[in-house]
Amino acid sequence: MLSRWLIRVTGLGYLLVILAAPVGLVFYRAFENGFGAAWDAVTTPDAVHALKLTLEIAIIAVPANTIFGIICALAIVRYPLRGSGVLNAFVDLPLALSPVVVGLAFLLLYGQQGWFGPWLADHGVQIVFALPGMILVTIFISLPFVVREVVPVLREIGTDQEQAAETLGASAWQTFRRITLPAIRWAVVYGVVLTTARALGEFGAVSVMSGRIQGQTETMTLHVQGAYENFDYTAAYACSVVLALVAIFTLTLMTAFRPKEGR
Amino acid sequence: MAITVRQVTKRFGDFVALDNVSLAIPGGSLTALLGPSGSGKSTLLRIIAGLEQPDEGDVNILGEDATDVPARKRGVGFVFQHYAAFKHMTVEKNIAFGLDIRKNPRAETKKRVGELLELVQLQGLAKRYPSQLSGGQRQRMALARALAVDPKVLLLDEPFGALDARVRKELRAWLRRLHDEVHVTTVFVTHDQEEAMEVADRIAVMNEGRIEQVGKPRDLYEHPANEFVMTFVGPVSRLGGEYVRPHDLELTLEPNGTTERATVERVVHLGFEVRVELRLEGGDEVYVQATRAQAEQLDLSDGQTVYVRQGAPVAS
Repeated sequence: MLSRWLIRVTGLGYLLVILAAPVGLVFYRAFENGFGAAWDAVTTPDAVHALKLTLEIAIIAVPANTIFGIICALAIVRYPLRGSGVLNAFVDLPLALSPVVVGLAFLLLYGQQGWFGPWLADHGVQIVFALPGMILVTIFISLPFVVREVVPVLREIGTDQEQAAETLGASAWQTFRRITLPAIRWAVVYGVVLTTARALGEFGAVSVMSGRIQGQTETMTLHVQGAYENFDYTAAYACSVVLALVAIFTLTLMTAFRPKEGR
Repeated sequence: MAITVRQVTKRFGDFVALDNVSLAIPGGSLTALLGPSGSGKSTLLRIIAGLEQPDEGDVNILGEDATDVPARKRGVGFVFQHYAAFKHMTVEKNIAFGLDIRKNPRAETKKRVGELLELVQLQGLAKRYPSQLSGGQRQRMALARALAVDPKVLLLDEPFGALDARVRKELRAWLRRLHDEVHVTTVFVTHDQEEAMEVADRIAVMNEGRIEQVGKPRDLYEHPANEFVMTFVGPVSRLGGEYVRPHDLELTLEPNGTTERATVERVVHLGFEVRVELRLEGGDEVYVQATRAQAEQLDLSDGQTVYVRQGAPVAS
């Protein structure tokens, strides 16, 4: 009885201190000067542009990582070659590297003095300090989640169902569409949520890659940082609230789609 | 011949799963591939289905070379040991899968699924999901799913292996009856000689990637081609350097020249049958399968001295 309460209090207390308190405080500080002030802060042209840019990046990065994530997972589990183990380990690289390092690495590749930079510049393509570069690093940073969620589920379901579909006349695409995809769909959904959260919240790599040009290459997280540095606390906290709301919306969407009986 | 396998060899790395195997399976038969695990029986079945490619040799189904035909175009029905049920589909959707892939008219599919549900005795469970079925029901659903597309041949890979003993016995008898009704050429893999004997009308005994003997269950039992088949298709005792069936051994209380002296170690009563475990003078152990009446007549007790010899061979 005592230990049960001890576990409850410890668990909840931990969540309260680590999670709820800071997030709650952000909400409190955002609306400290009234709802109007907060609204004004998030509807400035720069803030609106930053939000749009963030969503634009996510709308490209998330589907890309979903599709290629599923393909990578299939390659690792279903069609292993010698060296697939290396591919598997490589997928985790973005989790291990600091985002700032990632940003610098891309800068070295695509920047003015980089390997591909001059050639690309000659052909009129600008990657660094522009949207393509920001999308590229966001894809890099949020790559592991779908793969990591799908790989164990693919292993668990095995190949029997797929082979059964094959003997019943299904083509490779029909088998994927009707058998494999339904079996891994919750793993994919969960991976998409994590990818989205990561893409929305990315700061370090995007910060390096964007050049942080206000109203041009400034994402929401960069805008928050900028506002904070300018002592515009209401704007900083209000924009943080917007980011938090987008994240909460994604989570809710996922919960709504989850199977009733759980995985 | 419905299926002809010619000189098929299959290796997995250094392991030779099938070593130059040839086998002909007559149309309408119910054939068992019988052997211990690792004997290559499942690999042979999967090669017939097109789920594995042979390294050498060819496979012919109903007179057509199928070696390079992909599994989905071979027209075989395949049933897996662990059912391979489509977990996210209801029983009727599972059964209809092959027909849906072929874009069969809906009304026709519905009718066919109804017939199959009746055939496998799953009427009333059409809307259930596989997770709501017992193992035996799932396997019958898998069988209906395989039969739905009118396969040229039906292949079953240890179909009863994951079921408990009682359900397994029921399903064996049921599969036999089903085959008598449907008549589709059927090959099933098993490591259980009793199962093969009971269900199949032909048995191919496999060992270490080769086929040791093919024949009717009774022929294999009575005229095994070699020691392996002898020991695998039925119980054996060893007497005078030869393998004999324990029920072909005769016990007497007096020596008569051809007998060997032995001591009774244990008498086990198994209902009608009594198993008498003996130790021969040389130290070897043999056991004798006697009827209850024989055992009562001899009035055996542990430690007693008896005489054992090979009885008259079974008439053939």
